[in-house]
Amino acid sequence: MKQFSSETDPPEAERKDREPQPPKLAQQLLNWYCRPAIAEDLQGDLNEYFERNLKTKSVRRARLIYWLDVLKFFRLYTIRKPDFINLFIHWIMIGSYFKTSRRSLVRNKLFSFINIIGLAVSMSVGLLVIAIVTDLRSYDDFHEKKDRLYRVVTTYQPAGQSPMKMASTSVKIGNMMRKNVAGVEDVTVLRTGFSGDATVGETTLPLDAMWADASFFKVFNFPMLDGDPTTALKEPYSLVLTEKTAKKLFGDVNPVGKTVRFDTLQYKVTGLLKDVPKLSHIKFSALISFATADIKFGKGDPNFYNWNNIWQNYVYLVLPKNTNPQTLQANLDNLNRQENAKLEHVTMNVSLQPLKEIALGPKHSNQIGPTTEPLIAWVLIGLAFIIILSACFNYTNLSIARSLRRSREVGIRKVIGALKGHVLGQFMAESVMVALLALVFSFALFLVLRNQFTALDPHISDIFSLELAPELMLYFVTLAVIVGLLAGFFPALFFSRINAIQVIKDVSVLKVFKRVTMRKVLIVIQYTFSLIFIATTLIGYSQYRGFLTFDLGYNTENILNIKLQGNKGSLLAKELAQIPEIRGISKSLMITSLGSAHGTNIKYKDPNDSTMVWLNMVDEQYLPLHKHKLLAGSNFRLRPKQGEESEIIVNQQVLKRFNIAKQNPEKALGEIVTVDGKKLDIVGVLKDFHYGTMENKIEPVMFRYTAEPDFGYVNVGITSTDLPATMAKIEDAWQKIDKVHPLEAKFYDDQIEEAYSQFSVMIKIVGFVAFLAICIAFLGLLGMVVFTTETRLKEIGIRKVLGASEEGLIYLLSKGFLGLLLLAAIIALPATYLFFDQFVLTNFAYHQPIGLSELLMCVLIVMLPACLLIGWQTIKAARKNPANVLKSE
Amino acid sequence: MKGANLGEFEELVLLTIAALVNDAYSVAVCDELEKHTGRATKLGVVHAVLNRLEEKGLVKSRLGDATSARGGKRKRYYEVTHAGKVGLTKAREARETLWNMIPGFNLEGSI
Repeated sequence: MKQFSSETDPPEAERKDREPQPPKLAQQLLNWYCRPAIAEDLQGDLNEYFERNLKTKSVRRARLIYWLDVLKFFRLYTIRKPDFINLFIHWIMIGSYFKTSRRSLVRNKLFSFINIIGLAVSMSVGLLVIAIVTDLRSYDDFHEKKDRLYRVVTTYQPAGQSPMKMASTSVKIGNMMRKNVAGVEDVTVLRTGFSGDATVGETTLPLDAMWADASFFKVFNFPMLDGDPTTALKEPYSLVLTEKTAKKLFGDVNPVGKTVRFDTLQYKVTGLLKDVPKLSHIKFSALISFATADIKFGKGDPNFYNWNNIWQNYVYLVLPKNTNPQTLQANLDNLNRQENAKLEHVTMNVSLQPLKEIALGPKHSNQIGPTTEPLIAWVLIGLAFIIILSACFNYTNLSIARSLRRSREVGIRKVIGALKGHVLGQFMAESVMVALLALVFSFALFLVLRNQFTALDPHISDIFSLELAPELMLYFVTLAVIVGLLAGFFPALFFSRINAIQVIKDVSVLKVFKRVTMRKVLIVIQYTFSLIFIATTLIGYSQYRGFLTFDLGYNTENILNIKLQGNKGSLLAKELAQIPEIRGISKSLMITSLGSAHGTNIKYKDPNDSTMVWLNMVDEQYLPLHKHKLLAGSNFRLRPKQGEESEIIVNQQVLKRFNIAKQNPEKALGEIVTVDGKKLDIVGVLKDFHYGTMENKIEPVMFRYTAEPDFGYVNVGITSTDLPATMAKIEDAWQKIDKVHPLEAKFYDDQIEEAYSQFSVMIKIVGFVAFLAICIAFLGLLGMVVFTTETRLKEIGIRKVLGASEEGLIYLLSKGFLGLLLLAAIIALPATYLFFDQFVLTNFAYHQPIGLSELLMCVLIVMLPACLLIGWQTIKAARKNPANVLKSE
Repeated sequence: MKGANLGEFEELVLLTIAALVNDAYSVAVCDELEKHTGRATKLGVVHAVLNRLEEKGLVKSRLGDATSARGGKRKRYYEVTHAGKVGLTKAREARETLWNMIPGFNLEGSI
């Protein structure tokens, strides 16, 4: 072949080899941007200079100069004006495009179905993600001054520890901003944590509220229905209610001017607000004037106005128009230096955070409302993108595979006078049309999906409204158009390059199979992603089950935890003791292993060596009820009154931390540790158990005695065959104690499940994405298999006539596809395994090993249907009577 | 009108085109200018000026015949139009008038 070409090639080509040519790409670029009228002679000029440069300079340098010149000539007078005539022709032809597209869609029902359903399903996910992201981005948009609104956030850093970002800050900084810092238009201070029983006439309701100062309504726009926003929060004991709260307390009567009683104090209702919009990061049901908090805490607690009291207060400020927040930050830095100098072992630095970065922005502790980190939004966008891309792959693959059928049409169009651009436009228009058609279906799917999504977790419906705003519709259509363009680009490019004369003469010259490699790559990518998603779901699920069934070191089965909500635990316990199905009752300050924690410093012999030890305050029933294992010693023996305790029970880690009695539990009994200034006897040593979640290692934990944890829990062990009846009895018992607050009781195992609910939500989402991805991949595979077997029917016929067996034919037809799937599995499974092993599971101190069974199961889930699908089609083809196939020519 | 006035460089280019008679195309104009003024002349500048002169109607252009040189690309030859000639003449007259107004113009020292 090589010999042959060297003989026949014209001498020009030989000269080309000898003489260096100007860079081809640069020439193409010039031709692309340059007006045709001046392109030729300009290129000639550059060529002349190139030849000249060759004589004095190196080839590389001459090429570089050529490139630079081409770029330099990109000027207003050289560039080509857009071709309006072309657009005009497209406009005229759109009717014709529409007609042929419709015919082609109707003619190939299977392929149209695969394309439209695939795009619709994938786009519905895209729509959901768009709705979610739009919601997040439009948080707090209803505030008029939203672009000038900032929140003061605090970076809290104890010496020697890593800094912690807090959304909350001190009241002090708020007051300083108001008085001492110039260049601030308005400041408002909020404080969370008001909780009380509101009484109006006969009705008493628990009510949570926020303290807010008088400038609250100057900073934020919460529309007031009745009352004066400028004075509503000025006086002490003023109360502003939202419509919903007002309705609960007062019914349909206008509450403004009336009073609400909390305990013994009378609060005056000074304003009625519209309910807080869903997309507001600050949510409240009532506001109380900050002057009230000043009387309640400020006068009595010297710590209230301190710089380091940063736990419950939020400061928001408005900057004047056209102010750079950086200039204010300089002032804040000064304040930081000044105030931190007074603190020991800790620094607390304040800085500004724009309002619009609160709902969708970096994570802060003590958050006042929902926050989503941008990373999560990006992950969602990424997942949707992969799914949509997968559907686009199908479209591209099938369109090119089927190009034989449309190529004659393209040939005729070109002969009649269509330019490359016209054909390109036609096929792009077609794919956009298909995408818009798919949008109709996907919109219906989106409506279903939206409900499913909000039902995933009760929190989700609080965070997102997912309402169908006109703006959202615009985004949806834009997405469909982009998807159409993306899916249609390669096929359109392929069709536009068809050589008209050759195609009309003989379709078989079309090099459809030249692009087989690309299609194979696309299939492998599709299946790799599908496998990764499925493997992630399966591994994630088995890990999640592992967390729920993990042996925590004590018993959580059939234990009901009842929140005391300020009631006396002993009273409730007395009532509950009447119920025969209850086998045990204990009281505790908190519920372990759910992620929350209490801790105090304890000391052993060395007065300078103290460490934070996690704590639970329990009564004498707690340990037996939860079947905690004592290694040595016993349960609490004394029943001391509040503040007179002398006993403590610790776990092995405490012994290890202080090396008490060389970690021998028996010998550690009777040793004395100092907690909160009290000397406590170790009376029992517990076997290590899980106080935190699986993310934390087991750390030192102690149990202290309390008979009455006011804001704690009553733990009830239940042995019941009729649970609803027992629950009703418990409800009755609660009613006798507390008529205001509804019973809050949850089974321990359910609470553990809730503690890991974020994982279950994640698994559900990834599982759903996996399901979609695999469905789309199957659709694509089906299309490809049908197409391949169809085009090889004749070949199969001839093979059969020559004596090939059915099994042999099935093997022949399916081996290509199976090979691709196998390749995808070889890429995907180790990748997922490594991802979990190296990145995900390292976050958990305790987890189960990744099982081989999950990975194998994942291969089975993908391979089995794929094999069935391939087998079904190939058997169909292999069983065809060769006489029928070969006859029809 | 701005178009009626010739800039200095425009005038030079126009003169060069006239001087080169039948061989005035962009690269030749460039070379000629460089030779006579001693200034390094960039093709980009000359090309832009040629384009502007043509827009003003001071020169007209035609494409030459294809040769194997220059990668087979044709040259664009320029020719000064009547308006161009008028412009040149006017510019020259203006200068002459000014020169004539100078009473005694002696160079002191060599050029």
